[in-house]
Amino acid sequence: MANLEINFAGIKSPNPFWLASGPPTNSGYQIMKAFDQGWGGAVWKTMGIPVVNVSSRYGAVNLGANRMVGFSNIELITDRRLSDNLREMEEVKKHFPDHAVIASLMVQTQKEWHQIVQDVQNAGADGIELNFGCPHGMCERGMGSAVGQEPAVLETITRWVMEVAKVPVIVKLTPNITDITEPAQAAARAGANAISLINTVQSLVGVDIDNFVAYPVVDGLGTNGGYCGPAVKPIALNMVRNCAQHPLINLPISGIGGIENWRDAVEFLLLGASSVQVCTAVMHYGFGIIREMTAGLDQYMYSHNFASVGQFVGKALPNIKPWEELNLSYSVKASINQEKCIGCQLCYAACDDGAHQAIDLDMDANNRIPRINEENCVGCNLCSLVCPVEDCITMIRKDNGSNPITWKQRTASNNIPTTFDDPLAGGLSHKVRQPLDGLRKE
Amino acid sequence: MLDSDQIFPPIKPLMDATEAHYESSRCLFCYNAPCVQACPTSIDIPLFIRQISTGNTLGAAKTIYTANYLGNTCAKVCPTEVLCEGACVYSKANIRALDIGRLQNFATHNAIENNHFFFSVQKAKDKKIAVIGAGPAGISCACQLREEGYQVDIYEARKNASGLALHGIAPYKLTNQEALMEIEYLQTQFGFSIIYNSPIETRVDLEILESRYDAIFLGVGMGRSAEIKIQGEEKTNCVGAVEFIERMKIGDVLKPFPKKVIVLGGGNTAMDAASESARLGAEKVILAYRRSQDQMKAFAFEYELAKTFGVVGMFNLAPIEILGNNRVGGIRFIRTETVNGKLLNIPNSELVLDCDLIIKATGQLKHTALFQNIPGLLIDPTGKVQIDPVTGHTTNPLYFAGGDAVNGGAEVVNAVAEGKLAAKGIIQFLSK
Repeated sequence: MANLEINFAGIKSPNPFWLASGPPTNSGYQIMKAFDQGWGGAVWKTMGIPVVNVSSRYGAVNLGANRMVGFSNIELITDRRLSDNLREMEEVKKHFPDHAVIASLMVQTQKEWHQIVQDVQNAGADGIELNFGCPHGMCERGMGSAVGQEPAVLETITRWVMEVAKVPVIVKLTPNITDITEPAQAAARAGANAISLINTVQSLVGVDIDNFVAYPVVDGLGTNGGYCGPAVKPIALNMVRNCAQHPLINLPISGIGGIENWRDAVEFLLLGASSVQVCTAVMHYGFGIIREMTAGLDQYMYSHNFASVGQFVGKALPNIKPWEELNLSYSVKASINQEKCIGCQLCYAACDDGAHQAIDLDMDANNRIPRINEENCVGCNLCSLVCPVEDCITMIRKDNGSNPITWKQRTASNNIPTTFDDPLAGGLSHKVRQPLDGLRKE
Repeated sequence: MLDSDQIFPPIKPLMDATEAHYESSRCLFCYNAPCVQACPTSIDIPLFIRQISTGNTLGAAKTIYTANYLGNTCAKVCPTEVLCEGACVYSKANIRALDIGRLQNFATHNAIENNHFFFSVQKAKDKKIAVIGAGPAGISCACQLREEGYQVDIYEARKNASGLALHGIAPYKLTNQEALMEIEYLQTQFGFSIIYNSPIETRVDLEILESRYDAIFLGVGMGRSAEIKIQGEEKTNCVGAVEFIERMKIGDVLKPFPKKVIVLGGGNTAMDAASESARLGAEKVILAYRRSQDQMKAFAFEYELAKTFGVVGMFNLAPIEILGNNRVGGIRFIRTETVNGKLLNIPNSELVLDCDLIIKATGQLKHTALFQNIPGLLIDPTGKVQIDPVTGHTTNPLYFAGGDAVNGGAEVVNAVAEGKLAAKGIIQFLSK
């Protein structure tokens, strides 16, 4: 087994897999159970003045046979008394001194912040996470994402915390903002030790179309909730890398958002996260998924010869650039493997209707294997993405790599289209069918 | 009635909503889908499956019924393994084909059970059409005609509609109750009348119809089982497969059921009769076919199914004499071989197999006498009614035809397609 241990801003953990603050970390019972099954750390469900919750709290997006590809909640922070949480936290730390227990906190006044930070430190918390992200219920009371969306407020509150903090402080960011790096920079300025992202995305998860109300329904009414689960992962990945690449942030990042297996976790790590947090997947499958996650990470590290997690944190960052630095001469074309093709012709429908009409059907209807029209193929990948067969449609490089040129370079040499009918228009290189050809195709 | 569910549990049981949800979500929604092309009634299968998966089960039923008036019967009795499901592209990737038949049953059963109707009859037209035979072809023809407002009377020789779907389909595929439920469902929507116990046979019968109706559709199917014309065929317990199955389906079963059964034949009816005998309690069921296994006309999956019921196949055995006193006691066979495409008996290779029931599944007779009473009706040398394949029009201007009487015995779904096609031919003819 590879060494999965991490030291995240001074918080040590046997592996990079932490439970995110949320329903799975509501009690000492759950966290004990999770550590027992292999989780490396847990961010305790946000503590503060206990709340009163509604009944009917979650809604989900299902896609075909897959349940909960997206998930939304309108639950608030802990509804348990602080003293109960602290007592249980002490007990957990007694049993698992080497696991990471991080206290998520959300209060309002400086006095409250000072008090609760000291309380959780006394209970043995290895770190503190400031919940500046919750996009529902709490933000209307001036907390959660209301803080995360105002970098100046975030900075002030973080400074209050740093005044009394003796353990590492992580600022948890909301994605409900145009530029995630602004609150992240504010956290850095305030002296926070790390950031974690993303919190949930403000959302309406769906509408009950027969009763004309949004889910989850509370006595005939709905409200906006926080969206998470696999569907938000791409948003989280981009925000993590934005923070990781920003020269003025320079803080360890705990990656959160739709992680449900080792592969998701590795993606976050490669983009600069040095720990990951999981909530929805545990709510879906239970703590047992940690077995797959640690085993998968171990296998990945073994196959890449990585001795520690730190060796590949941020390894993909140098290869992520602004669009204008991409090579415009790079050219791939689709190729259909005749042996593997099962003749569903989804690639044809997708390309003809949704792309560049670069796939033709055989005149003989009995031959259902489509053909690529390379002249029209722009190498968009769509056919290879819709193809249901593994490795049937592949994208083959056609340029010889000898003349790389970027938009930036072409701009510098005045070699870009600048007028509406410019002859440099990129689309002139392939045929577009006449409008009338679109009639009576079915 | 037989307690069919006990003896003949359905081989394609009704899906529940959960199974339908997961199964329907597997459909790829192929372009110009091969399953549709493989369906004789061209049901838009990817559409109805997508409708099920998006929670529009009623819309799915409408899609099905718009293409095929016997959408529920066909869902259960179609040899989907060689039609839609056989064409499913998944099989090319060694992935189980979509369970299209059962999804179709899920959607149509829901519509029937909840009395959801999708059709309304157009303004009444003054033309009247007689349909002879209330089997799948006749019912399908009648539905299409009624939809367009024509008046339709169906003359049925038996006391029930559905034809072979009722009398000839194995009960583990379709129960009589299920078959009749769909007829009732259709009749409620389309309002055709069925005149039961009214065989049309003689020239006089036909003349009455010819004088009263503007067009006549022949959906008479096939007749009783053919004879094999060997010595001893008249003995008790030597029965035709069609008659055996028909009686079984109304619960008229030999008691106690014979212990040793030999089924003669190699078609799908032979498979059904053999499987049913096994399920009814025969200790030994032999399927004896005079040609080789490869030459059986039955679908491979039907033979496989029969074998799962304990049926034993014996090939290259031609019956030459039925033994026994008054009752069947056995069959004397002779071994055969195919030489240069000809089936020859092998001299001195006779053998006797004991049995106490013989089921002859060696083909059915045509309604030749009826056809001969229709002036100018062209019949091919095998006894099939000749039609214009586009309109279903026969060589007698008043008559159209479809189903087994025309195709010599195909699937229910073919009869449904042909009945509908002929209805359109009739409408075109009467609109001139």
